[in-house]
Amino acid sequence: MNTEILSVIFIVTAIVVLAYPLGRYISKVFKGEKTFLDFFAPVENIIFRISGIDPYRDMDWKENMKAMLTINFIWFMWAMLILSLQNLFFWNPDNIAAMEPAQAFNTAVSFMTNTNLQHYSGETGASYLTQLIVFCFLQFVSAGTGIAAAALLFKGLANKSGSNLGNFYSLMLKSSTRILLPLAILVSVILLINGTPMTFSGAQEVITLQGDTVNVARGPVAPMVAIKQLGTNGGGFFGTNSAHPFENPNFITNTVEIISILLIPVAMVFALGFYLNRKKFAYIIFGVMFIGYLSLLIPSVYFEMNGNPEIEKMGISQPLGSMEGKEVRFGSASSALWGITTTCTSNGSVNSMHDSSTPLSGMMQMLGMQLNAFFGGVGVGFINMFTFIVLAIFISGLMVGRTPELLGKKIEAREVKIAVLVALMHPLIILSGTALAAHIWASTANPGEILKWLNNPSYHGFSEMFYEFTSGAANNGSGFEGLGDNTPFWNIGTGIAMLLGRFIPIIGPVAIAGLLSQKKYTPESSGSLKIDSGIFGVVLLSVVLILGALLFFPGLALGPVSEFFSILR
Amino acid sequence: MLKNLKQSLILSLITIILFGFLYPVLVYAFGQLMPKKSSGSPVTVNGRITGFENIGQSFTDDKYFNNRPSAVNYNAASTGGSNKGPANPEYLSEVKARIDTFLVHNPGINKKDIPSELVTASGSGIDPDISPDAAYIQIRRISGIRNISADKLKELVSQNTEKKYLGFLGIDRINVLKLNIALDQLK
Repeated sequence: MNTEILSVIFIVTAIVVLAYPLGRYISKVFKGEKTFLDFFAPVENIIFRISGIDPYRDMDWKENMKAMLTINFIWFMWAMLILSLQNLFFWNPDNIAAMEPAQAFNTAVSFMTNTNLQHYSGETGASYLTQLIVFCFLQFVSAGTGIAAAALLFKGLANKSGSNLGNFYSLMLKSSTRILLPLAILVSVILLINGTPMTFSGAQEVITLQGDTVNVARGPVAPMVAIKQLGTNGGGFFGTNSAHPFENPNFITNTVEIISILLIPVAMVFALGFYLNRKKFAYIIFGVMFIGYLSLLIPSVYFEMNGNPEIEKMGISQPLGSMEGKEVRFGSASSALWGITTTCTSNGSVNSMHDSSTPLSGMMQMLGMQLNAFFGGVGVGFINMFTFIVLAIFISGLMVGRTPELLGKKIEAREVKIAVLVALMHPLIILSGTALAAHIWASTANPGEILKWLNNPSYHGFSEMFYEFTSGAANNGSGFEGLGDNTPFWNIGTGIAMLLGRFIPIIGPVAIAGLLSQKKYTPESSGSLKIDSGIFGVVLLSVVLILGALLFFPGLALGPVSEFFSILR
Repeated sequence: MLKNLKQSLILSLITIILFGFLYPVLVYAFGQLMPKKSSGSPVTVNGRITGFENIGQSFTDDKYFNNRPSAVNYNAASTGGSNKGPANPEYLSEVKARIDTFLVHNPGINKKDIPSELVTASGSGIDPDISPDAAYIQIRRISGIRNISADKLKELVSQNTEKKYLGFLGIDRINVLKLNIALDQLK
C-alpha cells in the first residue's frame, strides 16, 4: 500500500487510541475525583482565594453563563488594550507597530472566541509580548471556556434533580491547568527537540549561499504552537501557520500536531461516556462523528493525491499529488488529512494553503465547518452535537408517537425551540454574510481595483468569500487566504460572525441542560426511545446531514462544485 | 454583578501571569537544554551564518540545485503561498511559463519527467525541501557546468536524501541548502 495512505491511517488510529484514556481522565477532572496531577490543587486553591472565588459554590445555568460572559468581556478588553499599544512595550525586537482599531477588534474577538482568524501576519503584525500575553494566554483560557461549558452540560445531563451545574470559574481554570497545560508542555518539548525555535532574539539577517541578503523572522514559537493545536485555537505564530518550517519542521512534528488537534475533541466524547456511565451512548456519538469525519477525509485525500487536472493536461508528472500551496516534507495525503482535521474541529491551523486545494477538497473543508459537529472544537464540538441530539430525539419521538425523552427527562417545546434556534443560527450567519459580501462585490464597479478582495476569478473567488464567513461563524479561523481580508468590512463582518457563532451555540445548549436538570426524572422503561442504539445513530447522522448539507448545498454548488466541473478531464 | 466583575478581573490577571509568562518561560528553560539552544538552528559556512537548516532559501543559479518556486521569493521575514486556485487561468499560464523555463535551462529533459513541485509554489514560500526525483533531474545540467561526473553527483544526492521515518511515515526528501553546501565542498 502507498506509504502516504499508511501514514494517514496510522495517525487517525493513534488519535483514537490516545483519546480513550484521556477521556477517562477528563471525566475524573470534571467530577473532582483523584488524579495524578492533584499536586496542582494547592496552586489552584491559592488562585481562588486571591480571586475571592469559592470553587465549591455550585451555580445554576444562568449564573454560570453570566460568569462566562463577564470574564470573556474582560479578556476582550485586555486584548484590545495590548494590541492597540503593543508598540510601547518590551519584547518587541522587530519594532512592530500598534494595530489599527478595526483590525484590533477583529483580532481580539478572534482569540477570545477560540477562532484565531488572523487578518494580520504574525511576523509583521504582532510583537513577541502580544503573542504571549494576549494570544498564548487566550489560547489557554478560551479553550478552557469551551471545555468548562461542556462540563456544565454534562452535569445537567447527569442530574436527577436540582438546578446546579457546577462552578464555571473552577471548571475553566481546572480545564486549563489539568488538561491543557500538561499536554502543552509535552508537545512544546517535542517541538523543541525537532528544531522549533524558542528565543526572544529578533529576526536574523543572513547572506545566503547564492549571495542574497535575507531576514529570517523567529521568536518564542514553540509554546504557542503547542497550545494552538491542543486548544483547537489554530492561530499560528507566523502568517503561514504550520506550513512554516519553524512551526512544523518535519513529519514527526506534523504527526504530533495533527494528533494534538483532534485529541481533546475525541476525548470529550469518551469523557461523556465515563461521566454519565453510559459508555454505549458515547460510542454511538463517537461512531456518528467518526463516520462523518471519514466521509469528508477520504475524498479529500483522494483528490489531493490525484493532483490538479489542469496541470496534468500540461503533460508533467504529479507523483506527489497537487503540490501548489503544499510542503514537500508533508506531501499531499497528510496535507489533506490536516485540512479536514482542522476544519472538522474548528481548529483552523493549516499546513498547506487551502485556497490552492483541488475544488472538491476545498468543499470538504467548508462542509467540515458548516456541519461543525464531527468532533468540533474542544468542548464546544460536543455542545454543537448536543443540539442535533435534541432535534434527533424530538424527530424520532414524532415518528414513533412517543414523548421525546433524553436520559429520563422529557424534552418539551421550550427545549426544542432553543435547539432549532441554535441550529438555524449557524447557516443564517454564514449565508447572509456571504450574500452581503457577494452583493457588495457584484454591485461595485471595477471591484478588483476598488475592493481588492479576491485573489482568484470566477467560482473560486466566490468560494473565498463563502469560506471566510463559514470560518468565522464556525469559530474555525482558517481561510482561503488569498482573500484581502484586512478591510473594515471583513474585520467587522467576521468579528460579528465570530461573536454570534461562539456564544449562542454555548448558551443555548447549556440552557437546555439547565432546564432538563430541573425536570422530574422518570426511569427509562421499555417505552422510552433508546438513545444508545445504532438506529438512533442513523437518525442522528441523517439529521446532521439533512439540516446541514441541504442548507449549504446551493452555496457549495455555486463555488467548488462548479469549479470542479470546469476543470474535469 | 460587581462581585462577578471583580472575581473575573483578578482571575484573569493571575491566569495571564500563569499562561502568558510562566508557561513560556518554562518552555524557554527546556529550550536552553537543546543542543542549539532553540535559536532556530543557524547554519554556518566559513564562519558566516548562511541560513537556517529548516528555512528554504532561493536557489535560482544554474550551478546549484534549484528548489521550488516561491510566491514571496523566499522572503523569510514575510512568508506566504500563492493562494491561487487550481483553475485560475493566470496561475496556469504562470505554471506553463515555469515549465518552459525549466526546459530551457535543462536541455534534453523530457517534459513528462519534471516533478510538479518544481513548477508549483509551496505553502510557506520557504519550503526547504525537494523530492529526490527533483534533484536527479538536475544532475545533467550541474554536471556540465561544474565538470563533476554524473555518478559522483548521484552519490551526493543519495547521501543527502532523508528517508521516511520508520520506513513509512512521511516523504523521502532532500534539504536543498544542505545539498548545495555539500555540492560546493565537492572537488
